[in-house]
Amino acid sequence: MFATPFTPSLAATVTRSFTRKRRLAFAIPAAILAYLIYAAISFDVAGLVQRARFDNAAILLSDFWSHKTHVTRDNRSGDVVVAIEGENKGTYPEGMLPDWVTVAGGVTTVDLGQGHVVTYDDRGARYVVPGYGTIDIHPEGGKPVLTAPEPIPDWISVSENKVSVTTDAGRFSYSRSKVETFKYEAGWELWFFTLESPFYGKSWVQLAALATTGDRIDPARTNLGYMAHEFWTNKMWHHADVAWAIFETILMAFLGTMTAALVALPLSFLAARNFSPLGPLRFAARRIFDFVRGVDGLIWTIILSRAFGPGPMTGAIAIAITDSGTFGKTFSEALENIDEKQVEGIRSTGANALQRARFGVIPQITPVLLSQILYYLESNTRSATVIGAIVGGGIGLLLTQAIITQKDWEEVAYYMVLIVLMVMLMDSLSGWLRRKLIKGT
Amino acid sequence: MVDIAFGPSEGKRPNLSDNREAYLDMVRRKRMYGGILMVVFIALMASGWSLSEDRNAGGFLEGLHQIFDFPAEVFAEAWTKLVLLPGVVIDHLPALIETLNIAAVATLLGALAAMSLSLLATRGLARWPRLIPLFRRTMDALRAIPEIVIALVLIYILGGGPMPAVIAIALHTGGALGKLFSEVAENADLKPVEGLASVGANWSQRMWLGVIPQVAPNWLSYALLRFEINVRASAILGFVGEGGIGHDLKLAMQWGQGRYDQVVGIFALLFLTIVIIDQVSDHFRHKLVKGH
Repeated sequence: MFATPFTPSLAATVTRSFTRKRRLAFAIPAAILAYLIYAAISFDVAGLVQRARFDNAAILLSDFWSHKTHVTRDNRSGDVVVAIEGENKGTYPEGMLPDWVTVAGGVTTVDLGQGHVVTYDDRGARYVVPGYGTIDIHPEGGKPVLTAPEPIPDWISVSENKVSVTTDAGRFSYSRSKVETFKYEAGWELWFFTLESPFYGKSWVQLAALATTGDRIDPARTNLGYMAHEFWTNKMWHHADVAWAIFETILMAFLGTMTAALVALPLSFLAARNFSPLGPLRFAARRIFDFVRGVDGLIWTIILSRAFGPGPMTGAIAIAITDSGTFGKTFSEALENIDEKQVEGIRSTGANALQRARFGVIPQITPVLLSQILYYLESNTRSATVIGAIVGGGIGLLLTQAIITQKDWEEVAYYMVLIVLMVMLMDSLSGWLRRKLIKGT
Repeated sequence: MVDIAFGPSEGKRPNLSDNREAYLDMVRRKRMYGGILMVVFIALMASGWSLSEDRNAGGFLEGLHQIFDFPAEVFAEAWTKLVLLPGVVIDHLPALIETLNIAAVATLLGALAAMSLSLLATRGLARWPRLIPLFRRTMDALRAIPEIVIALVLIYILGGGPMPAVIAIALHTGGALGKLFSEVAENADLKPVEGLASVGANWSQRMWLGVIPQVAPNWLSYALLRFEINVRASAILGFVGEGGIGHDLKLAMQWGQGRYDQVVGIFALLFLTIVIIDQVSDHFRHKLVKGH
């Protein structure tokens, strides 16, 4: 009569399971949302919006793709200096000026383009803004006095000792000691040749002509060699140092990864269940791997840089130590999963333990080994950038230094592009090697 | 007649009339290539290490016996202040929680971004198949930028605090997990998706009900592994930039002698946290991938 009186019907079970699943489907997103709200409060995201300096972001973005040239007149001596980014290294030498600046007698004219013209003379300085009028500034008792069409718009800021004007064409400021105009132009200036180089300002066609058929500028060497030298020793962009830093970073990653693999491979035999019959030894080897992995790369880096001092070797050793723990773990797992038949086959020919390992085991785990090593080689290129910033070597150091100065953002952009290219290159190189070595195509 | 299998040209081809000779010839050639590779590799390693030693401030041999000097000094000082150690550990717990929160939020945000990116970049599942290369390149670029670059730039714009680190790690995580997620999704069974399509489900319903349940265990396992990595990354970013336990460690290190009890406390916290997270995530990942 009653077939299954105490078990709930199928319908009830399904309904309950559906209800549970439906509840879960709401509970998980709700939990994630709640956690994110908690995190937003504890990270003070609301305060962040107020603290964020969007003017810094604007400077950074414009510096990424453009450069500015400063035209500065010292109000006491009357000397006019034109310098790229206001740096000593980018100062135009005597008798050389960009074509938008003219100095005639005591009058300097700066043509900012779009009809914006700035003039410095012995009476003071004038800025003609099309559609607005002339902003005239002349010193009175050491203080700048502004004469401009009323009402004064908000892009002109006037304080007691300084008048500054910001327009689309550039920036202009007049203070007691100097008057300065900034002109913004696209591109990274002086990237190939600095101002004092004889090749500065030449077009590609001219350069190609010089390199191939032109007369030697320096009789001691060919023009092409001279160009390469001028480019390599560029004082603004330091191409030689940057190339060396990139090489150093890749070197750290390569040495660290390979050494870690060489150290981990023999040790992983000790930690694998099927190769290490001694329990305590196996336990010890595993705990060593765990310890090395657990003491984070950061701590190793700190300890090692105390012992070896800053430099690429310290970084390479830090990578090697951290990764030998990781490799030891994955290699011993791979060793535990091998097929015993091949080892038996080798054993049947009378091979000793070393020969069994070489011909029975290693060929089986080579694919795992190689793909792990190559994967870590690529990921360590990235880590080497960070570790380089701590131990003081490679492109990571250059990058952090450039960021700390907070003005050479064009260099930061340059290094960022180089780092991304370097990592992508290592990524495709390791992918290519992996395909080549493992699939054998 | 020319044997196709050995190419059109006469001359160099294995002499099959003598099997043994042909085999030994092949083995010799293989050994020679292996030997050359080995020599090149050893030369690269040796010259690399000696070059990096030249560029280093201190040499390897002089440094070797000093490795334990610093830890010894630190532990000796901490030993004398052993009673203070629990207090130090408790003092730094908030910073540790901040580091963990940074890693967790970044993993969460990165994984959410990776979910949509990976589905959009997987052949057979993509919403707009023509845009697959675009999404793939996006993930490549996100993966290629090291966290520290984004973090330092964001510190300049956003000021200090944990948010720059969160954004930096999340972006990188999005790229890294996206690639792994899409590899998993590529192997998903398409039958449930077709079934859902036949009853008129739209793209997001097909993904949510047809694909996600299949790939969830593997995705979760990768996300856990990433969380492990991100905890380390967030500690390092704190050291280089700002926020969390890494920053505390840097301050204690800069102070030098007299604060070594703090250094030991922070080392211990970091070590224990990483070991615990490692073990827990290992356990759950095994469970997720191998089934209950």
